[in-house]
Amino acid sequence: MSIKINRYKCGYCGACVGVCPSGALELVETWVEANDCCTSCGLCAKICPVGAIEVNK
Amino acid sequence: MKEMYDLIVVGGGPGGAIAAKNAAELGLDVLLIEKRQEIGDPVRCAEGVSKICLSDHIEPDPRWICADLTGSRIYSPDGTMVEMSEEMSGGEVGYVLERKVFDRALVDQCARAGAEVRVKTRATGLIMEKGVVCGIYAMYLGEEYEIRSKIVIGADGMESKVGRWAGIDTSLKPTDMETCVQYLVTNIDIDPQFCDFYLGNEIAPAGYLWVFPKGENMANIGVGILGSKSGDHRAIDYLDKFMRDVYPEGRIIEMVYGGVPVSGPIEKTVSDGLILVGDAARQSDPITGGGIINAMEAGKIAAEVAADAIKKGDYTTDTLNEYETLWRSTIGKEIEYSLVVKETFIKFTDKDLNHLAQSLSNVNFYSLSLKDLLYALFKANKKLLWDLRGLFRDVVNNNFEFKYKKNQFD
Ligand SMILES: Cc1cc2nc3c(=O)[nH]c(=O)nc-3n(C[C@H](O)[C@H](O)[C@H](O)COP(=O)(O)OP(=O)(O)OC[C@H]3O[C@@H](n4cnc5c(N)ncnc54)[C@H](O)[C@@H]3O)c2cc1C
Ligand code: SF4
Ligand code: SF4
Repeated sequence: MSIKINRYKCGYCGACVGVCPSGALELVETWVEANDCCTSCGLCAKICPVGAIEVNK
Repeated sequence: MKEMYDLIVVGGGPGGAIAAKNAAELGLDVLLIEKRQEIGDPVRCAEGVSKICLSDHIEPDPRWICADLTGSRIYSPDGTMVEMSEEMSGGEVGYVLERKVFDRALVDQCARAGAEVRVKTRATGLIMEKGVVCGIYAMYLGEEYEIRSKIVIGADGMESKVGRWAGIDTSLKPTDMETCVQYLVTNIDIDPQFCDFYLGNEIAPAGYLWVFPKGENMANIGVGILGSKSGDHRAIDYLDKFMRDVYPEGRIIEMVYGGVPVSGPIEKTVSDGLILVGDAARQSDPITGGGIINAMEAGKIAAEVAADAIKKGDYTTDTLNEYETLWRSTIGKEIEYSLVVKETFIKFTDKDLNHLAQSLSNVNFYSLSLKDLLYALFKANKKLLWDLRGLFRDVVNNNFEFKYKKNQFD
């Protein structure tokens, strides 16, 4: 899995969770957790309003 | 926490709180869980709400009202301004809320109605037996629990998982979500009774920028752009540019990020033992992004249907489908109309938007109803708005009433 979330930039809004097609993300209070269902599709990185996510395809 | 309830509501936002309150009032044994430590915080909202329907759910209280609005102004890309004031919206416009306090007041109501409330309690999965939802797995202070119920209401907002766990695909494509950043800005000169909307592809591609007053010198200033337009420039970049250009003296005292579903109704909002409400059911308005009132309306309907089902002892999709029918024939209709408008709107160029605004410059708004306004718009811009002709026909023929939507944000 090659998704990196910059937790210092993230504002725990959950937008990335809402678009993840594989349900790999979860917003747990003030941080986002990713599990290994991630397919590196990159949608979460695209939607993040501040660019806190990096996905290496 | 007990091991069994009539109803478990997941999510302590407006949808969940109203569902739990109404269900408790109807005599159900209700548990409401909220994963966050504090109800309503962090805020993910511009906090604008129309007055219509609000008092069906809660008595307006100055403790959570920051501004009482008398009108709104819409700015097209070239700066043409269209003003709509109280007179034209029928004397009732909207409030800007303090959602931290508002959301808590709603949950307070539901607790007083008899529901059990647990914060810092996160649903982590559904208990399913032969495809039927019969409770949740939850984590409270790091401990795992299994809690059973006859029905579960998923009111877990935009990042909803409850529907997905039951096999309802609620994931949103970037074209189905507005990605937003907002600042609470102080030290600025604004009109405390007017909310402003700015349109344009340079300002907010396929979205809009808003300035909602929160008192004399304070406002929520935010922008939402369509997810598919986000990339090199993100919501935060558009907002920062606007702040530099228009409010350089403003001081930011809070930051809010968020995603608003603008997909319109999803195919299915119930399954055996499960009902979805509010943002979890994608019931926010596709044009404005407003979802507070819709979530509350849906929560109320869901509670009533759940109470009937429990009385009958039948929690199957067949019985719960009553919820589908009821919400789709009320709020669902407006959402569908808004979706058609949104699909048209996102294709507009800045020139088109200027054109629309200019065609209203000679219109006397004080004597117009919203219906007349739409009609005037259509008459002057037939070619541009041709895709919406069905909607205008319905509006003019009164087949479609703006029951919930007497102004811009809901
Ligand atoms: C930037 C922005 C501006 C907006 N502006 C407006 C506006 O001006 N007017 C308007 O009407 N609407 C606005 N909205 C939309 C509005 O905020 C939502 O439509 C509304 O809050 C939906 O209510 P809800 O109860 O469905 O969900 P939410 O209010 O999102 O509540 C869901 C709750 O569920 C909790 N939850 C999630 N998962 C779990 C879990 N697994 N276990 C336990 N709890 C969980 C969450 O923590 C949250 O508290 C805006 C949204 C954004 C992002
Ligand atoms: S979309 Fe960005 S800011 Fe929002 S929760 Fe995900 S990583 Fe954080
Ligand atoms: S890259 Fe795609 S699959 Fe992976 S977490 Fe992001 S949205 Fe989900």
